[in-house]
Amino acid sequence: MSSSAQATRLVWNDPTWLDTLAAWLLALLWILPLAYAVWTAFHPAAYSTRFHLLAPLTLENFARAWEAAPFARYFLNTTLLVVMILVVQLVLATLAAYAFARWRFRGRDVAFALVLVQLMVMPDILLVENYKTMARLGLVDTLLAIGLPYFASAFAIFLLRQTFMGIPKELDEAARMEGAGALQTLWRVYVPLAKPVYTAFALVSVSFHWNNFLWPLIVTNSQNARPLTVGLQVFSSVDQGVDWSVITAATLMTSAPLLVAFLLFQRQFVQSFMRAGIK
Amino acid sequence: MGGPSLRAVHAWLMLLPALALLALFTHWPTLATVIDSFYSTPKGARAAVWVGLENYEAMVADPVFWKAMRNNGLFASATIPLSIALALVMALWVNERIAGRAFLRMAYFTPTVLPMIAVANIWLFFYTPQYGLLEQITGALGLPSHNWLGDPATALGAVTLVAIWKEAGFFMIFYLAALQSLNPSLREAAAIEGASRWYFFRRVQWPLLMPTTLFVLVNAFINAFRMVDHLFVLTRGGPDNASTLLLYHLYEVGFSFWDTAYAAAITVVLVVVLAGIALVQFFVFDRKVHYR
Repeated sequence: MSSSAQATRLVWNDPTWLDTLAAWLLALLWILPLAYAVWTAFHPAAYSTRFHLLAPLTLENFARAWEAAPFARYFLNTTLLVVMILVVQLVLATLAAYAFARWRFRGRDVAFALVLVQLMVMPDILLVENYKTMARLGLVDTLLAIGLPYFASAFAIFLLRQTFMGIPKELDEAARMEGAGALQTLWRVYVPLAKPVYTAFALVSVSFHWNNFLWPLIVTNSQNARPLTVGLQVFSSVDQGVDWSVITAATLMTSAPLLVAFLLFQRQFVQSFMRAGIK
Repeated sequence: MGGPSLRAVHAWLMLLPALALLALFTHWPTLATVIDSFYSTPKGARAAVWVGLENYEAMVADPVFWKAMRNNGLFASATIPLSIALALVMALWVNERIAGRAFLRMAYFTPTVLPMIAVANIWLFFYTPQYGLLEQITGALGLPSHNWLGDPATALGAVTLVAIWKEAGFFMIFYLAALQSLNPSLREAAAIEGASRWYFFRRVQWPLLMPTTLFVLVNAFINAFRMVDHLFVLTRGGPDNASTLLLYHLYEVGFSFWDTAYAAAITVVLVVVLAGIALVQFFVFDRKVHYR
């Protein structure tokens, strides 16, 4: 009985050849636009739209793209931006989440509701007013201006608060008994235990801000502060002679760090996105 | 360890940096948007004056606004169901022992990690008349050449397809996580009972996936009103506003025409839409979906 049940189970839900075929067709369809861009970027312009097995490979398109626009500067800007936002987000959210998770005080629920407002009204749509604020502060065209609206992240506070609430109070009390203050307890007990959540949030935050476009487009106007996405758009929208080989090379170049990181750490990426979404 | 009042001081000190930034960049701008929408746009030395509902009247009379609303409605009603359905099918496949599972998962998820601007460049090339892969395929099939992004009849459909391509793999992840957390004995029981796969999906998996579906639904809805990056590359809202969306129209009014008062009125509409879905989620869905 048990072996036959085993057999039914194995056979019963296995995908049929039809499933396999459909899944592969969809996957190929899904990868097609990207594959076409990869082909064009790695071949001389003469082969950009002609498929030939023996077409010579080249990196020249990447070299030309790199020289045609200040991509080094854009890479630097994006890296600084992403790191700055992540560090500030984590510090501020950790402090706030601890206060919400472990302390009872007057006005806590109101304060938490005020935090959650940001989940509904994201900085992405308050463009006009936030631009005015940046102009008043004299911050237009700086990396700080791109980051400021995102520094306090309701999502991070919410995520960490949930995690902190799940940590046994006894651990907290034990640390206090040994004379540790609130900040020390937070640092020595809570932060290490919440590590997977930090990783998850970090991946989500980095990929969001690496890819963010509209707000940086509005608040920057020179290469000094322009991140990669805006730089890429400025570069490829200059209409003088569309050179697809160079544009696709630039496009792949700007997405490469995230894409490579994703391919190397697929499992962590997928788990992080899941963790961040489910809490 | 300190009385309640001292603890409260500590707590507020820890909240202060985050709350101050939220006040400055979320709460205040939201209020300011509402206030500004009742004033005129300041021009040079002329300060803003109270105009009552004039900005809203202008909005109601603005054909581009209605075009953007209509387009956004179509965009939402195509991207939301299609990306969710695709995500579910992808997750169901990848959850099974299917040949080449790792490759399939990678192929579905990769669009998600690319910047929308890069995605738009890739698809612009894909759609380009004569050179684009799409044209090469349709050409090989003997179909006439067609400018997908340049024709008002197909521009919106073309940008919608890009959004679905980008989103489906992202939502797949959440379905996959939910499927993997289902109790394996459910499946064994179904197998022993001789239930068909379709029956098992409809009666067991689908109901248990309901919380995930609602989570994904809310996200898809928000994205439908927030995702406009690709328009900057693909169509710039054109031709003749055929593919413009609400947030893109807001950008044009606010930062191309610098009519900030009218832009504030459009922002109010967007805030109402997004707050509306959040409230529906909070008061309707959260009560209905939790069996636990």
